Amino acid sequence: MPDAGFPGTEGAGRVHGVGEENTFANGRVPRVVIVDDHRLFRSGVRGELGDAVEVVGEAGDVDSAVRVISEQRPDLVLLDVHLPGGGGVEVLRRVLPKHPEIRFLALSVSDAAEDVIGVVRGGARGYVTKTISGKELADAIVRVADGDAVFSPRLAGFVLDAFAATDAPPVDPELDRLTQREREVLRLIARGYAYKEVARELFISVKTVETHVSSVLRKLQLSNRHELSRWATARKLV
Amino acid sequence: MTATREETPRLYRRRDDRLLGGVCSGLARHLGIDPVVARLALLALAVGGVGLAVYIALMLVVPVEPETGEGASPTGEESVRRKGRDISQMLAYVALATGLGLLFLLFGGVLDPLLWFLVFGALGGTILWQQANPAERDEWVASTALRGKAWLRTGVGILLVIVGVIGFLAFQQQLHEARAGLTFALTLLAGIALIVAPWIVGLVRERDRERRERIRNQERAELAAHIHDSVLHTLTLIQRRADDPREVQRLARVQERALRSWLYQRRTDTETTVSPALERVAAEVEETHGVPIEVVSVGDCPLDEGLHATLQAAREAMVNAAKYAGADTISVFCEVEPEEVLVFVRDRGAGFDLNAVPADRMGVRGSIIGRMERHGGQARIRTAPGEGTEVQLRMPRSPAAR
Repeated sequence: MPDAGFPGTEGAGRVHGVGEENTFANGRVPRVVIVDDHRLFRSGVRGELGDAVEVVGEAGDVDSAVRVISEQRPDLVLLDVHLPGGGGVEVLRRVLPKHPEIRFLALSVSDAAEDVIGVVRGGARGYVTKTISGKELADAIVRVADGDAVFSPRLAGFVLDAFAATDAPPVDPELDRLTQREREVLRLIARGYAYKEVARELFISVKTVETHVSSVLRKLQLSNRHELSRWATARKLV
Repeated sequence: MTATREETPRLYRRRDDRLLGGVCSGLARHLGIDPVVARLALLALAVGGVGLAVYIALMLVVPVEPETGEGASPTGEESVRRKGRDISQMLAYVALATGLGLLFLLFGGVLDPLLWFLVFGALGGTILWQQANPAERDEWVASTALRGKAWLRTGVGILLVIVGVIGFLAFQQQLHEARAGLTFALTLLAGIALIVAPWIVGLVRERDRERRERIRNQERAELAAHIHDSVLHTLTLIQRRADDPREVQRLARVQERALRSWLYQRRTDTETTVSPALERVAAEVEETHGVPIEVVSVGDCPLDEGLHATLQAAREAMVNAAKYAGADTISVFCEVEPEEVLVFVRDRGAGFDLNAVPADRMGVRGSIIGRMERHGGQARIRTAPGEGTEVQLRMPRSPAAR
């Protein structure tokens, strides 16, 4: 069965099969800035991505990252979580207000909850670990550049944990609680299902799965939920 | 234990660790005893009169320790600290000597056997205390100082001693004369205790602090060395096996996990709750069979018998996936709900036909499904040729563990 290894790489209606070029709907290759304080890693990623993306800039710390991003206005930024000068969240904080159209895909060696949730709440649309293969990374870049969210099983697990059902009344029922469907979608993603498989399992379309995932992402970023804050505080995210 | 013939150090007067002429510390090193013991012994003799002569004689006859050059001279701060201690030490000894001298003068003259008996008894007790190792000392102190019964015992003991002394003196018809002397002696002893106490307290505290510091440094150094060693080891192995990509990946992943948990994660007790125990199982299976296993868990709870069985079943599922599925990775998901724990082991490998597995073979039927059901849980296997496999485990939580 021709399934891509990385869950959530199937796009809304578009099929990114093996061998197909990773492109936008309008055929353009995404313009990308790579931000990581390990120079070897940056050049490695550049080589791996090859022609799938157009790398328009690189940076190794917060200040130069903000500068390069403002100059180049890329479609997407590959953002390392641990950067000297305040980390990936600092770049998000300084760039997003001025350029809300730029997408960020977080990248890290660590997959500790603090790092993942912190950067997603800061505005990143997805999170991948550095062990990811070149092809999967290219897939993820195109997805995020298109406006979708990339949810790895681990991120899904963290979100489920953060929104664990309790008896405390939510401050804002819309933002502070996951719907039953959203929980089901997240659980399947956490179990390693790709979007297509989630859709088949729940008898919904892939587009619906994407909508649920985007909604979860929005809740994660905006929710002031009591438990979420406490959960975040316990992990020193806020 | 056979006695070994060690070389006894020659008798010298010591340069370091000296109060006056270094006689006692030199004597102590030559005889292999604690300098404090030597000093106390000589002090007792000095009060008797003989000691002073002995000391002066030794001082004249015994040569000073030659400059050896080894044993670096103490740094400025250390020598200042040592001097401070030395002075308080000296004061302590002088006070002790004065006290002993007055005691003898007041109570019976130099040749009174009872007094000598008492003095040597006290000295003997001090020597025992000095020679005991810290563990024994802690035992004694703990058993005498902390519990109510011990206080009672000590109180009664002191009372008896006082009554005994008073009675003894009364019978000797010396109580009237001795009263003044007794008061004076008690005051003297209190004074000596005051002088000696800070020195003793300082020593004890310093010893404790040094011990803690040493333990901490040791632990840290051990851990760092271990980490560096294993990383070095892994890198060497990777170079040697560079032509076997699977082996290289396995080595790299094992080392990566170890380093990552050391750097980024809190240390958890793997034996008492589900989530870290499951991760440990996955790490073991991955190391043995070489297929990467990703573990995602939501929630946590203490282990009970049913959950132990679930972990075993999960291990079986992972091993099967690693051995037979031929997949690139295995996904493990664990969710702890209030009433039950769910574990899913998923791979996108070859899959198999469940009905084709003969009923009498162990493996899936016995190990996984049977094990779960024996403990009150459930197991479901979803698979089809070419579709991958998912093992779904469900175990109710024991009411006590909730």
